[in-house]
Amino acid sequence: MDIPKEHLVDMYETMVKIRRFEERIRELYFADKLPAFDIAAGLIPGEMHLAAGQEPVAVGMRPHLKAGDAITATHRPHHLAIAQGVDLNKMAAEIFGRETGLGRGKGGHMHLFSVEPNFGCAGIIGEGIPVAVGAAMAFRHRKTDNVALSYFGEGAANQGAFHESLNLAALWKLPVVFVCEDNSYAISVPKTASTAIADNSDRASAYGIPGALVANNDPVAVYEAMGEAIARARRGDGPSLIEIKTDRLWGHFEGDADAYRSDEFKTAMNEHDPLATFGKRLLDEAILNESDIASIQDAMHAEVEAALEFAMNSPYPAPESALEHVFAGRSE
Amino acid sequence: MTTTTERKLTTQKAIAEAVAIEMQNDESVFVMGEDVGVYGGIFGATEGLLAKFGPERIIDTPISETGFIGAAIGAAINGMRPVVELMFVDFFGVCMDQIYNNMAKIHYFSGGNIKVPVVLTTAVGGGYSDAGQHSQTLWGTFAHLPGMKVVVPSNPYDAKGLMIAAIRDDNPVVYMFHKGVLGLGWMTNNPRATGVVPEGPYEVPIGKANVVREGSDLTIATIGLSVHRALDAAEVLAAKDVSAEVLDLRSLVPLDRDAIVASVKKTHRLLVVDEDYHSFGMTGEVIATCIEGAFDYLDAPPARVATPDIPIPYSHPLETWALPSVDRIVEAGSSLLVTR
Repeated sequence: MDIPKEHLVDMYETMVKIRRFEERIRELYFADKLPAFDIAAGLIPGEMHLAAGQEPVAVGMRPHLKAGDAITATHRPHHLAIAQGVDLNKMAAEIFGRETGLGRGKGGHMHLFSVEPNFGCAGIIGEGIPVAVGAAMAFRHRKTDNVALSYFGEGAANQGAFHESLNLAALWKLPVVFVCEDNSYAISVPKTASTAIADNSDRASAYGIPGALVANNDPVAVYEAMGEAIARARRGDGPSLIEIKTDRLWGHFEGDADAYRSDEFKTAMNEHDPLATFGKRLLDEAILNESDIASIQDAMHAEVEAALEFAMNSPYPAPESALEHVFAGRSE
Repeated sequence: MTTTTERKLTTQKAIAEAVAIEMQNDESVFVMGEDVGVYGGIFGATEGLLAKFGPERIIDTPISETGFIGAAIGAAINGMRPVVELMFVDFFGVCMDQIYNNMAKIHYFSGGNIKVPVVLTTAVGGGYSDAGQHSQTLWGTFAHLPGMKVVVPSNPYDAKGLMIAAIRDDNPVVYMFHKGVLGLGWMTNNPRATGVVPEGPYEVPIGKANVVREGSDLTIATIGLSVHRALDAAEVLAAKDVSAEVLDLRSLVPLDRDAIVASVKKTHRLLVVDEDYHSFGMTGEVIATCIEGAFDYLDAPPARVATPDIPIPYSHPLETWALPSVDRIVEAGSSLLVTR
């Protein structure tokens, strides 16, 4: 691997942090919802879409980012927010519905917004894709070399918003990288039952832009593909479409019985858990040793615990503050 | 003999002038939409802007309303102040997710940390046989959904001042121009569509209704082209010794509830006129406001004249019958004065 060691280590650390965050959110989500599952109960109520298994998608772009770059993400946003460096305390607090959260408890886990880093997400499939196009318009107008990264699932590639956005970005040669996180399933519907062609990356040719396919949920391959696409966008050569074959290790949402995926599929998926695979690779290639991995785990786990502590020790918002922030006041 | 003449403009030219002034003053303002460039906007709202500001800031888009309205949101979040045109409000069905789920909610979801200063301009209204997909007003639909201001100018002076206020506003503003008040050469002539407009920048505050005719027997609260119909009806009523006050609401969000209540406290009777659909809309909201705030002052139950709950029909007699007319307003106004 001719990738700087510090990038590999950074990617691994971030993968560990994301996985730990998702595991702990999962534990806390279920802690007070069982034995009879009540979605409205507990410390974390509502739907919860976790990204365990999709870490490579997020960490591969991380070393290529610079301040001001925009990310628009989906209903499954935690891995991308963590990888971009969104404040973990405020993000956790938002998930727990606290006053100290990114949105003061008004958005929840599908609506995480941050100014710096420049992050947003949305609960509607495909909704964030055109927003990235507009961010890129602003970057060009302000003569920065920032880029906008738009993440969406393979299910969203059948939405009009996807096709409209690719056409606009290609037409105007905007600095956008469109990233399709293909985890094979749109809730229960497999891609083979939803999509007329095998690879969404082929759809790039319909808009005259480069399309790349990253197989095997490999963070290094993601790093390379994203590096090329981001550099291309940054130097003003226009958008790209990258499709990353990844795996959602758990259900669509927590509480999903996940009966639509076969045991064979799930077994194969778990055997290719990207965190384990990447960790082993770094060991095999002597980039990290066992003791490095142990200390990375300790450090990342401690960071996650601190964020969860911050969230759970934060106050809930005053009920009547629900009326605030519908409109912005005049700022002059 | 005076040597100064007051300059007059049509509403359409007043809107274009307002956008030009703000583009001159603020580099972050730009325009995009279908046919906003060479054509100058199908209804002229961007007339002359391409020549002044060039294609980098006056951007013709493909027919991709989800794409370019979503892009306006992304640009606004990242420091721009886009004016984006949805050619007819009737087209909202292809892009409403971006408007009500995204543009209108991001500020709230972010706990006030992110601002979305988009002006969404759109043409509304019927009366010229364009049938059921090009004639609606739909402002009640937008006003029902929290997070966007909804502005509807009725005359050139207000159109310019409200547009400047909308562009300077840090919130999403849906700016609806009624085709019948624009002063377009290819629409039925409307003398009120031309009026005195000062040359420099000025704001008409969003959320303040305007008493456009004072009266003592009856309040007619309305918006858009129906303001003109109400003024004509007030003339007819005056000949019958009925003094009607006409209140131009000018915006539905925010709604100037104080002005409605104050006027009804003075006149003791309320008629609401709305070109939008009858049920679950502006007429019901204004009447509820009146009952909550001025119940004890009412001498008669409030009444309303609206478009019935039907798709806007094409054929001239059908459409003319369906939309609020001077005759219907006079009749409803007169009925309110009948002693019970």
